[in-house]
Amino acid sequence: MQTNIPVKHEAEFTWRVEPSGQMRVPAIIYATQELIEGMDAKVFEQACNVAKLPGIVQASYAMPDAHWGYGFPIGGVAAFDADEGGVVSAGGVGFDISCGVRTLHTGLHLEDIEPRKLQLADALFRHIPAGVGSTGAIHLSGSEMKAMLKGGARWAVEQGYGTEADLERVEEHGCMAGALPGEVSDKAKKRQKNEMGTLGSGNHYLELQRVVATYDDAIAGAFGLTQGDIVISIHCGSRGLGHQIGTEFLKRMVVSAGGYNITLPDRELACAPIYSETGEAYLGAMRAGINCALANRQIITHLTRQVFNKLFPGAKLNLLYDVSHNTCKLETHRIEGKKRQLFVHRKGATRAFGPGHPDIPSALRPFGQPVLIGGSMGTASYILAGTRESETLAFSSACHGAGRAMSRRKATKIWHGRSLVDELAVRGIVIRSPSLRGVAEEAPGAYKDVSEVVEAADRAGLARKVARLEPLVCVKG
Amino acid sequence: MSQCWSHFSHDADMGVRGQGETLEQAFEQAGVALTAVICNPDTLSPQTRVEIHCEAPDIELLFVDWLNDLIYQMATRKLLFGRFKVQISDQQLLGQAWGEPVDASKHAPAVEIKGATYTALSVSKVQGNGWIAQCVVDV
Repeated sequence: MQTNIPVKHEAEFTWRVEPSGQMRVPAIIYATQELIEGMDAKVFEQACNVAKLPGIVQASYAMPDAHWGYGFPIGGVAAFDADEGGVVSAGGVGFDISCGVRTLHTGLHLEDIEPRKLQLADALFRHIPAGVGSTGAIHLSGSEMKAMLKGGARWAVEQGYGTEADLERVEEHGCMAGALPGEVSDKAKKRQKNEMGTLGSGNHYLELQRVVATYDDAIAGAFGLTQGDIVISIHCGSRGLGHQIGTEFLKRMVVSAGGYNITLPDRELACAPIYSETGEAYLGAMRAGINCALANRQIITHLTRQVFNKLFPGAKLNLLYDVSHNTCKLETHRIEGKKRQLFVHRKGATRAFGPGHPDIPSALRPFGQPVLIGGSMGTASYILAGTRESETLAFSSACHGAGRAMSRRKATKIWHGRSLVDELAVRGIVIRSPSLRGVAEEAPGAYKDVSEVVEAADRAGLARKVARLEPLVCVKG
Repeated sequence: MSQCWSHFSHDADMGVRGQGETLEQAFEQAGVALTAVICNPDTLSPQTRVEIHCEAPDIELLFVDWLNDLIYQMATRKLLFGRFKVQISDQQLLGQAWGEPVDASKHAPAVEIKGATYTALSVSKVQGNGWIAQCVVDV
């Protein structure tokens, strides 16, 4: 293992660091032997640093795809009790507030798509703004911005970018309560004004995918997934607004920490007591950021439906589900038999409520919440379902993706965008991107094996494997 | 120490580093490193000038603020900056950045920068030999 911190192999997929020094709780990492041996040293250091924060409950967790993050490891989960001086951390949510994935059915199959794949790829690339300098078609006025930050995907549906049925299939029914647009700075709003309905860049994408395997007939049936189905997955977040909120509150929390008697083990772990002016301001702004991400994915869904209406009239793009993986949410969890209200940070980790949870849409409730795991470009993605055990394991959380295995710099030294695009084309995968360097940075080989990460999550009990998806078209910024 | 910029590795993101004889040169070079995350800075002409003003309680936070202000200006004005000038005194920075509008077909921007972070953040004098300023930026 790449760490000097003593790590105990507690159970087959569970690794534990006992509290020592200023740690208030243990650090627990879910992984296979191979995954944990591949984890960089910072994962262990950061999981232990999180365990030192005031008001942390039960443990500081890391998911099977954990890697070096900002204060929190990416793949980090930690819950705090406000009544015990618990904190909220901007680093524990990240710069891309509510970055997440939504998956749409199409009702189509490979034989429908294949003859028009290039045409579809070009149409999606043209119609959905992506990449540096891109602008959405929607330009929000001051009052529209406020309404969007308060209403999220619900606002977007009210503007005509979808239906009520969509909202049923989004976390928080598409609208995060407690958003305070007034706590979002003018700079953040200015950064977002012209970016509604844009995809972003880096590891963000819109993919056309085929269901190549299902692993649980009952759950796959409930989720409407059959082998051969074509689905669409959209991975993006709160765009410039979320990034600006993250930037501003990180500084605010670093500067105010001393005043709240918080000793930061690491400046990146900037945080504030939940019951404080800074803490409450951040929660209000972060919730507005969540709404921005939900609205953004709703608008991109609408743009995608417009493309399909032209090329495949009659195709119904119904929403399976929309998950977020950079949030802090107030949730009820059972700790030692007692219900407690906790602020659960998931940084590069996905909520995974188990069967019976009231927040899951009624049609899916007996089966567990869909958990959408994005793969790296050109490999595979997975759909899982939340389990009952996940609550005691990690406050109903699962991994969010493959996680990077190497830096962007190293990736561009090993791979060249042009040859990658050509190699993927030979395999039947069409890539559309404005930058070949961007493609190289996202090379499949630069990421961990998503199948291994998902297998670990399944066998650890965090979420159950339901379906494997392979890409046909990948549009990125 | 002659002025230059470089990148350093960080799994998911990118480290930017500026070096120079003076603190200000190190900040300016870090600006070039920032742009180089997105595109080749040599392709940029100084068509438009933007003024930057920031202040922070210490030099490292000031460095992060400088980069974040550049990121904000690039995002909202749809510009890419290739040239920089910085003056620092008393926890305040006055800066100028020159560049041109983003043109996807000309610049082929690889990735958008979300923000500068406190990861690997360091602004330090190299013994008798200039300054280095660096941090990781989230992409």
